Amino acid sequence: MSVTTHTPSEKLAIRRTSANNTFFRVARYVGVRLLTLFITVVIGIYLTIMIANMGGYVDEIIKNQIRDSVTQSVAASPNAQQMDPEVRKKLIADRIALEEKRRGLDTPIAVRNARYLVNALQLDLGRAINLTSDAGSKQVRLIILERLPATLLLMGTSQLFLFFSSVFIALTLSRSYGSFWDKLVIALSPTSAVPPWFYGIFLILIFAAGLRVLPFGGMVDSPPPPNTFDYAVSVLKHLMLPGLSLVLSSFFLSVYNYRTFFLIYSSEDYVEMAKAKGLPTRDVERTYILRPTLPNIITNFSLLIIGLWTGALFTETVFLWPGLGRTLFQAIGLYDVPIIVGSTIIYAYMLALTVFILDFVYALVDPRVKIGE
Amino acid sequence: MNNLRTTFRKLMLYPSAMVGVLVIIALVVVAIYTMITIPYSEAITLWRGGEEVWYQNPRFAPPAWINLFSSKKYSESFAVNTKDGGITKQVIPGKDGISTVEMTYEFDFNYDYYPQEMLFYFTSSFKEKQPFVSIELLTPDNRTIRIANYAIGNKFTYRFSQDQKLRTKLRAEEAIPALFSLPDSEEPLKGTYKLILTGTTFEPDSNMDVEFVFHGQVYGLAGTDHARRDLTLPLLWGVPVALAFGLMASIGTSVLTMIIAAIGAWYAGWVDELIQRITEINLVLPFLAILIMIGTFYSRSIWVILGATILLSIFTGAIKGYRAVFIQVKESMYIEAAKAYGASSSRIIFLYLIPRMIPLLIPSLVQAVPAFVFLEASLAVIGLGDPVLPTWGKIIQDANSNGALYKGLYYWVLEPAILLMITGLGFAVLGFALDRIFNPRLRDV
Repeated sequence: MSVTTHTPSEKLAIRRTSANNTFFRVARYVGVRLLTLFITVVIGIYLTIMIANMGGYVDEIIKNQIRDSVTQSVAASPNAQQMDPEVRKKLIADRIALEEKRRGLDTPIAVRNARYLVNALQLDLGRAINLTSDAGSKQVRLIILERLPATLLLMGTSQLFLFFSSVFIALTLSRSYGSFWDKLVIALSPTSAVPPWFYGIFLILIFAAGLRVLPFGGMVDSPPPPNTFDYAVSVLKHLMLPGLSLVLSSFFLSVYNYRTFFLIYSSEDYVEMAKAKGLPTRDVERTYILRPTLPNIITNFSLLIIGLWTGALFTETVFLWPGLGRTLFQAIGLYDVPIIVGSTIIYAYMLALTVFILDFVYALVDPRVKIGE
Repeated sequence: MNNLRTTFRKLMLYPSAMVGVLVIIALVVVAIYTMITIPYSEAITLWRGGEEVWYQNPRFAPPAWINLFSSKKYSESFAVNTKDGGITKQVIPGKDGISTVEMTYEFDFNYDYYPQEMLFYFTSSFKEKQPFVSIELLTPDNRTIRIANYAIGNKFTYRFSQDQKLRTKLRAEEAIPALFSLPDSEEPLKGTYKLILTGTTFEPDSNMDVEFVFHGQVYGLAGTDHARRDLTLPLLWGVPVALAFGLMASIGTSVLTMIIAAIGAWYAGWVDELIQRITEINLVLPFLAILIMIGTFYSRSIWVILGATILLSIFTGAIKGYRAVFIQVKESMYIEAAKAYGASSSRIIFLYLIPRMIPLLIPSLVQAVPAFVFLEASLAVIGLGDPVLPTWGKIIQDANSNGALYKGLYYWVLEPAILLMITGLGFAVLGFALDRIFNPRLRDV
């Protein structure tokens, strides 16, 4: 029987290898995770491009549009009327070929899809086909940037309000389990089966059509008020109904879910123990209930943040809110593939990034989670 | 069976769930009734029919029952015909084959609002000489107003509001209000009005018939839309469509999700890995955008949309939840026993793994129905509804594009909206209660 003793240099070596192990483990994990996420995004974007092209069907539509407009413009020009029919035919054919080349329709669809994919992955979103920004630009990036503030304003105010109010109310309710308010929230939680635009219609009916106190839709009065204060008030007025309908449609279910969640955690033994020790309710809530539920709350919050960037397609359409969701809807109607792909790629990147960061955040807030094991 | 009974007994403890069950039963009954009384093909011809089908109805008319809630009464619509005896018709033969046709119709007008329009649709048969008709209106205060005289062809339509001569004769901007009030008065004159049509035919076999159509301000149980269509048709047909779409999408999605999760958990290895990766890719795909693209570019048929919805909804977060449970169940003793006696993989998956999960499946299945019902309506509202089917979403879309809320035609939006709401809440309430029964962890809190 012998006692092994390590010299100081040996101890250092052991510590170093274990540090190296951790480093390699995390590095390997990060590498593999980034690669799988990237492949996921690539496949997802490629599928979207395929669907947005409908396997070349959209090309046919666009080619016909070009043929129509070129033929009409040639027929309408006075010069062409004196031309020999053969010459005119050739002129039309040349101009169609030129226009198709300009739009890149002369290259095979597979090549074009691959080019779209590579450009999109580099966040080079290209030019829109039909839509323009209000400032007149056809750059997809500029169109998206122009609509983004409207969406962020609507989604940001409503979703942040929804998140914080429902967590706060849920905490309060979980304290008074079985009370009247608790039962009311349970009873009302099925109302969240109804989508926001639907509440929107009722709100328009009451506040816009019935009481005539709030506008039917849009983001600002027309013409827009000249000074900043009036402008802000006008935007706020327009924001009320869409914002309220977004909040209303998920409020009760959200409160109910958080409340149930907190209740499950507050029935743990260590919470009873903390209460028995006589700790104040605030401390019990903060350290013993909120802390272990933090990973889930963070997940919900980050998904909410991603959701902000996509906008609410139906709600924006019903309220004529000039945001990203409505732009996407318009783009689809106009077969504007670059915009559809552009808004998808932003979403895909955001999602992949969030999923990636969440892994580390979990490891930070939850000591039980270790990265790469 | 016993299990089902205990579940039902537990369900009885939730009054809201019973309301949900009743709503669903009522919807199913209405759906069956609708499909029997108005067959699919008939519904579509009616829904896509134009003036020739719906000429008897007024436009933009609220339902007749709003008179119950209004102190001022709106005039109701009706249509009468000589052929079914609604208008009394008497033929008095005269000399030289010339005969007189006396047609009279009496109706009560006790309303506070004037009708939208009145029309006569004449039909006649003759060889050479067209029959002749003169129209008169006898008012409650015994004035006789001569409306018009016309020689009528095989088909002839007379519209009161469009008769320039009548307007000049009555010295009024609009003919109908002037006919239904005392001279120099703005108030409708209530009482019994009598229409007298005196026709003359000039040949022995010549005959004439007339239909009188009165377009009031209100119509029927549900009102009408911009194309004079009776809204009861889409409201009724919306029930089977919504139920079919919601149930099929939710059953298809949950059952397929469960089977795929079970297969992944059972075979593990690359199959499981593949399913996980597909799920992650599917999370990146923009669900709504893809559905809208399919609707815009490819087909708006409800079946195509249904298929796409199911395909896109299989590989979602739910698959991960099911997988986690299946991996636990896979280790149980009874699976071990099944393996020992040599059960095949498919036998274990379908007979031993999946049945264990049905308690988890049912609540989520019922809870998913409203989302799909509303999805169909949402797509219809932005103009991507099935082009031929009458549905609730289509009514809302028509109403929105005709500015119904702006013009105050609230019934047009409210009727489908309330039905959608009742359907959605019915399933949501039931699913909620089922969830609490089948997931005991929730029941305690």
